[in-house]
Amino acid sequence: MESKLRAILPDHDLLKMYEQMVLCREFEESCAEQYTKGHITGFLHLYSGQEAVAVGATHALHKDDYVVSAYREHAQAIVRGADPKRVMAELFGKATGICKGKGGSMHLFDPDLSFMGGYAIVGGQFPIACGLAFASKFRQEGRVTACFFGDGAVNQGNFHEGLNWARLWELPVLYVCENNFYGIGTEVHRASALPDIHKRTCGYDIPSEQVDGMDAPAVYQAVKHAAEWVREHSSPYLIEAITYRFRGHSMADPGKYRSAAEVELWKERDPIPNFGKRLIEEGIVAAGRLKEMQVETQAVVKEAVRFAEESPWPEDAEVFNDIFV
Amino acid sequence: MPEMTYRDALNLALKEEMRRDPSVVMWGEDVALYEGSFKVTRGLLAEFGEMRVKDTPISENTIVVRPIAELMTVNFALLAMDQIVNHMTKIRYMFGGQVNLPMVIRAPGGGGSQLAAQHSQSLETFFMHAPGMYVAVPATPADAKGLLKTAIRDNNPVMFLEHELLYNSKGEVPADPEFTLPLGKCDVKREGKDVTIVAYSRMTVLSLMAAAELEKEGISCEVVDLRTLSPLDTETFTASAKKCGRAVVVEECWHTCGLGAEIASRIYENCFDSLHAPVQRVSGLDVPMPYSRKLEKLCIPQVEDIVKAVKETLAAKY
Repeated sequence: MESKLRAILPDHDLLKMYEQMVLCREFEESCAEQYTKGHITGFLHLYSGQEAVAVGATHALHKDDYVVSAYREHAQAIVRGADPKRVMAELFGKATGICKGKGGSMHLFDPDLSFMGGYAIVGGQFPIACGLAFASKFRQEGRVTACFFGDGAVNQGNFHEGLNWARLWELPVLYVCENNFYGIGTEVHRASALPDIHKRTCGYDIPSEQVDGMDAPAVYQAVKHAAEWVREHSSPYLIEAITYRFRGHSMADPGKYRSAAEVELWKERDPIPNFGKRLIEEGIVAAGRLKEMQVETQAVVKEAVRFAEESPWPEDAEVFNDIFV
Repeated sequence: MPEMTYRDALNLALKEEMRRDPSVVMWGEDVALYEGSFKVTRGLLAEFGEMRVKDTPISENTIVVRPIAELMTVNFALLAMDQIVNHMTKIRYMFGGQVNLPMVIRAPGGGGSQLAAQHSQSLETFFMHAPGMYVAVPATPADAKGLLKTAIRDNNPVMFLEHELLYNSKGEVPADPEFTLPLGKCDVKREGKDVTIVAYSRMTVLSLMAAAELEKEGISCEVVDLRTLSPLDTETFTASAKKCGRAVVVEECWHTCGLGAEIASRIYENCFDSLHAPVQRVSGLDVPMPYSRKLEKLCIPQVEDIVKAVKETLAAKY
């Protein structure tokens, strides 16, 4: 019988996706440890559980497509190609950080990767996505702007202004909603009159679909199709990825609003071991190799922590730099 | 030099800069087909086409994304404060200087047209308070043109605050398409020796009228026009205050925490030993703007208020 996964992507890409998911998980769990030790301070929103979305979606984008996101964006930056060392250094507030230590966990940015920022005002990235998409259209670059956001952002005015604008001006924006069911501690049906978020684009005549956000190849397929549609039509599209975060909203949130049984149920659907199991079952990789990959990524993360620890703090004079050109 | 209105000077600045740089685009509510609520964008759509001159939905949060955005009035900037303050002024800094925001937000504002509480505000202090954007407040047609051209060429975000009552005011404007004025420099609009009047935008125009009246009584006023509130050219207005030893600050905004408090504070910090009297402030009243013409006049500084303040500062002694 033909492999289902192989029908989607070549072995090399499938394994790359798996490796990236493991790297994101190891990175986030290491962040939690560094937060507990006091090396990372401020807000820290971890991505554990949602890896299939960032990895599947990013894999389906072109290298020069724009990506904007919110404040739970370490994984998106790393999958996009950001050096884990410089991301960790940013979280430590060190001069070697990806934004010189001035942004922190919520504000990663790298224009060379077309990673156009993590924004910490809920819904703040929607107008920026329109701006980037307009720029691409104006300069006839054919770049799609992938705009990631959570279920909590869809009740902000910015979401609706952005959808209307993108459709009205035919802007190439691919909206990717990561519906993890909770805006901090408020469950989606307690905040949204219509909790099926993909249905909310009908008022703007924007096509949309729902995808299993715990299944990286499925996310890849959906985003690949949607991104091509956006590029071809120069018009927006929305994907709602159903996912779950294994930790609280941030490190300050013990997540008591969710039952242990609910969390356990979702952990059974953990996107990493389930993907690994399929890779083994379909004969794409041996179990031993997956274990090796985990050890290798642990070494990468350990090196990132070492780099962050040993990096210098920013000079005091840096406080006045970068306000104006 | 040709004479033209403040409105036409702004219009010419937009056209010249759009001709000069094809990446400049003009967006706003009713700026294209309707040619702007105050007709500042007249003729732009016809000359530059629909890709560069675009009407936007009434979505102030989202207008603020590209080079020149017109907010129909500054009052609606409050809807866009998230994009202006949380995003525009911070993106360069929090991303470690990896990106520039070469954008201008034009916004007409100010009171005096009986537009009532929600359409008559002077919010300049709000923008001046947040680091990360420049704030221009031109008083004359030439300043409007020269500052707008610089704002468009600058690689930093600029809030460009136009006064609705100045659109029809006339003045000489240099014809040179390369005429620009620097951001961050005051302009001494009138030299004098007895009292320094620090003002901006329409308050500069009223201050010059007050100075002309006071001259008839033998009082010599120096009128310093701030021209930009950020960067603030402290050196020029404090030098003037030091010279005269007396200063009056005129602000259209509300008195409490108004920009006049900042100006006065800087004068005290720099000129304490030179002052013969406390700095006087002429401010908007701390009330929402009433509609009635009779009441509205009480809320906005008038020429006679400035004259009175100058006389009081001359009478006062430490």
